[in-house]
Amino acid sequence: MSNISKDVILQIKNLKLWFKVYQGYSKVLDGVNLTVHQGEKVGIVGEAGCGKTTTVKSILGIVPEGQYVIPEGEILYKGKDVLKMSDRDLGQVRSKEISMIYQEPSAALNPVFTIGQQMMEVVKNSAQGKGKSKAEQKQMVLDAIRDVFIPDPERIFTYYPIQLSGGMKQRICIAMAIMTQRDLMIADEPGTALDVTIQDQVHKTLNRLVEERNMSLIMITHSLGVAREITDSINVMYAGTVVESAPTEEVFRHTLHPYTVGLMEAVPRLSGGGIQAGIYGSIPDYLYPPKGCRFAPRCPHATEACREEKPLLKDVGGGHLVACFHPKEV
Amino acid sequence: MTTMRARKQARELQRALSYEAKRPTVRVVSNPKEMRRENAKKAWHRFSRNKLSVVGLAIVILVILAAVFAQYIAPYPEHAGAYTDFANSTKAPCAQFLLGTDNMGRDILSRIIFSFQGALKMAILVLVIAVPVGTCLGLLAGYMNGTWVDTLIMRIADIFLSVPALLLALAVASILEPNLTNSMLAITIMWWPWYTRLVYGVATSCKNEYYVVSAQLTGASKGHIIFKEILPNCLSPILTKMSLDVGWVILMGATLSYVGLGEQPPIPSLGQMVSDGARYMPDQWWMTIFPCLAIIIIIMGFNFMGDGIGDMLSKGDSKYE
Amino acid sequence: MNFKRYLLRRLVLAVVVMFGLSIVIFAISRIMPGDVATMALGSTATEEAKESYRVANHLYDSYPQQYLYWIGGVLQGDFGTSTSTNRPVSTDVAEFLPATLELVVMAAVILIILSIILGVLAAKYRDTVVDGIIRVLSYIGVAMPSFVIATLLLLLFGHLWQVIPVLGRLSYGVTAPPDVTGFYTIDALLAGQFSTFWDAFLHLLVPAFALALGGLCQEARIVRNSMTENGSKDYLSAMRGYGVPEGKILRKYQLKPSLIPAVSCMGMDIASLMGNAFLVETIFNWPGISRYGLSCMLGKDLNAISAVLLVFGAIFVVVNIVVDLIVACLDPRIRLGGAKS
Repeated sequence: MSNISKDVILQIKNLKLWFKVYQGYSKVLDGVNLTVHQGEKVGIVGEAGCGKTTTVKSILGIVPEGQYVIPEGEILYKGKDVLKMSDRDLGQVRSKEISMIYQEPSAALNPVFTIGQQMMEVVKNSAQGKGKSKAEQKQMVLDAIRDVFIPDPERIFTYYPIQLSGGMKQRICIAMAIMTQRDLMIADEPGTALDVTIQDQVHKTLNRLVEERNMSLIMITHSLGVAREITDSINVMYAGTVVESAPTEEVFRHTLHPYTVGLMEAVPRLSGGGIQAGIYGSIPDYLYPPKGCRFAPRCPHATEACREEKPLLKDVGGGHLVACFHPKEV
Repeated sequence: MTTMRARKQARELQRALSYEAKRPTVRVVSNPKEMRRENAKKAWHRFSRNKLSVVGLAIVILVILAAVFAQYIAPYPEHAGAYTDFANSTKAPCAQFLLGTDNMGRDILSRIIFSFQGALKMAILVLVIAVPVGTCLGLLAGYMNGTWVDTLIMRIADIFLSVPALLLALAVASILEPNLTNSMLAITIMWWPWYTRLVYGVATSCKNEYYVVSAQLTGASKGHIIFKEILPNCLSPILTKMSLDVGWVILMGATLSYVGLGEQPPIPSLGQMVSDGARYMPDQWWMTIFPCLAIIIIIMGFNFMGDGIGDMLSKGDSKYE
Repeated sequence: MNFKRYLLRRLVLAVVVMFGLSIVIFAISRIMPGDVATMALGSTATEEAKESYRVANHLYDSYPQQYLYWIGGVLQGDFGTSTSTNRPVSTDVAEFLPATLELVVMAAVILIILSIILGVLAAKYRDTVVDGIIRVLSYIGVAMPSFVIATLLLLLFGHLWQVIPVLGRLSYGVTAPPDVTGFYTIDALLAGQFSTFWDAFLHLLVPAFALALGGLCQEARIVRNSMTENGSKDYLSAMRGYGVPEGKILRKYQLKPSLIPAVSCMGMDIASLMGNAFLVETIFNWPGISRYGLSCMLGKDLNAISAVLLVFGAIFVVVNIVVDLIVACLDPRIRLGGAKS
């Protein structure tokens, strides 16, 4: 589809992250592996609570402080480890390189400042906006608002978040993220809070802007349909690990991991026989995670080996990686 | 800064790793009894996470014990009354009188211990009357939200809340005969509206919740809805406020007795001891300072404990604790 | 549009509350045991004098009629005669009120500035020594009744360490500035008497601090908790994620939403400063309306008590409306959405 180069822009290696809770440490991320190439659109798919948002927040270092530890792992952005960066370098990455769209648009906008005030602040602190005159900065903001198909940006500029609908707020969030040139955009379930028609518009807008500006994209979603429409490759996450990773079409054509199979079956089809069985059970207790494969307790094909040992992400050919001892035979 | 942060992170990580190494990897299968014990442990953990709460609890227990067993603890129980011993008047703190004596030669320590009785009695009685009254009115107004009952009750509460609490209590107490009962009455009169407002807030917000609506639709009685569906939601804010209020009632009682509108002499009360002693400042400082300290410590104790109870009962944010 | 209606509703409500308050005050002054006339004239008064007092004050009419007489007078600024000063109560109030207001305004300024500074510091250095010290100090401050604070400060500045004058409004021998606003500091400035201004200002400091301390500690805690609660909000993560400097986030984007709950509480606290002023004024010999009210209460001077209660109620109501306005200015959700939920 688009122009994916061989250059790796972001690589997460075996990232583990524990949250501190009353009884101990909740092992939310358990070895996440993820690679994003220049110009690639990568999807992260998984059910609620599997650590998608935590993974991307740790890229920008904005997991709420003091409540977590990272026992292992590296997040290499253009070859440098974000986790070991100084505050200044991290600031550079935040203001120049990566931008993020948040899941809940009404939570991502400060309720007591106008849209204009907030967007101006972002421009002022971005690489392109710095040193420009106020009028130029404002023009950047207005252009960005226009880019996400909102008419009358001058008026929106003076509005408070409360005066906007959910769809508008989400588009403002996107506008904020594309306002200045970035190399990587992270979109955390954009549009999940919206109704389906608006969601579709939002996705299309996002997709167009990313392609126009030749950005890389990490798109979090729990919908395989959305992922198929937009992304070049898909990473399926389960309980804090990436269990399957492959180019988008490959995932749909040769689904290997039992969890991905379950996810696919759970999608209701217009032609199918009503609602499917889904996947039995629920996400494991992160305080007492299973010793072996985290999916083993819910897996129909689990064996003794699965319960004892953790399967690692292995290449099975054609850029298709899967973490399973018994991948579904093709 | 960066290295400091890195070092702090390393320390935290070390702690996490060693903690996790010791922790069982599988959840212990628990029966109801163990679950209850686990819950109690969890509650205590929430309470004691802030060490000050534990200190507060200790102070409260000590004060209650001292008040109950004042007769046996106080070095000179007879000094807590109309006792004079001019030979020993205005003595500085010494081995015989640990906190010194007042102008009548009475032991300050004994009088402080006995004054806890009045302070606690007042706090308990005020809350025992004000809380149920305020809660019931708040529940009623919340349940009848939007009707004239709601308006009437809440406007009356507003009127009482529209004058500084202390001022109203002073006015009422000054017009009645000055004694402990009347000062309690005065404080009670201005205390209930706070509970009415608190409960009203919770009741109106949960009145439209599905469980209340569904109870209504299945034909539950009004009494059932008010007391079985709405009241339980109000309990934890009420309890938290109550435990904090003990301190405030004592504070207000001390203020009333400071101006002479509380317990009458010769029965000791903390406020009255401060105002009596103030006339002998700065030379006989112990007559003022020790009762002041007693007031601060007792109120702080209840505040600390109240905060701990608030932490214990707060439902939110159970993920990061 | 919505906001105007909200404001109008608040004003109507204020009038209703004031009306209710007047009934409560009237009830308090009539329910009390004992004979009103004896209380007013003293137990040595003759029966004839009491009789004529009763007739003059409509004490033989029904309670509703008595109330109407009383409230009619109040609305014309006539609160009756004080039995303790033998002057019209309105004259007394006019004389003593400015001193109290000056004290309370000064205390409010101290309260607002210090509580925000301390709260923000505690939140910024959360879970460090700074936070711990501020927390312990605030706990102590909250636990001190105003008379204890005042007594301790009097001991400190009045006896042990006499660097600031603490008693009265002006030093002995300094004449009061010409009366314009009744605030000595402002009047002195208006008259260009800078030494008088400085003297009056110094005299204000300790009583105002004594008055402010309790609320100040409370508010510092509220500001801190509100700041830390907002600290984990997505919109701050977003700002951080866009590379906005940490200091700017703290000072601007975290502080403003955090101030909203604090401002509502501060309003309550500032209004109740009036109540605490009673003891502080008495202890620091401050010739204000609170000290006057307290002596009237102890002397059972009914007309004066009613007047003081009403005046304080009115000020309380006004302060609350002002606070609601400030909150509405800070919070567009109220300004644009209409009523507070």
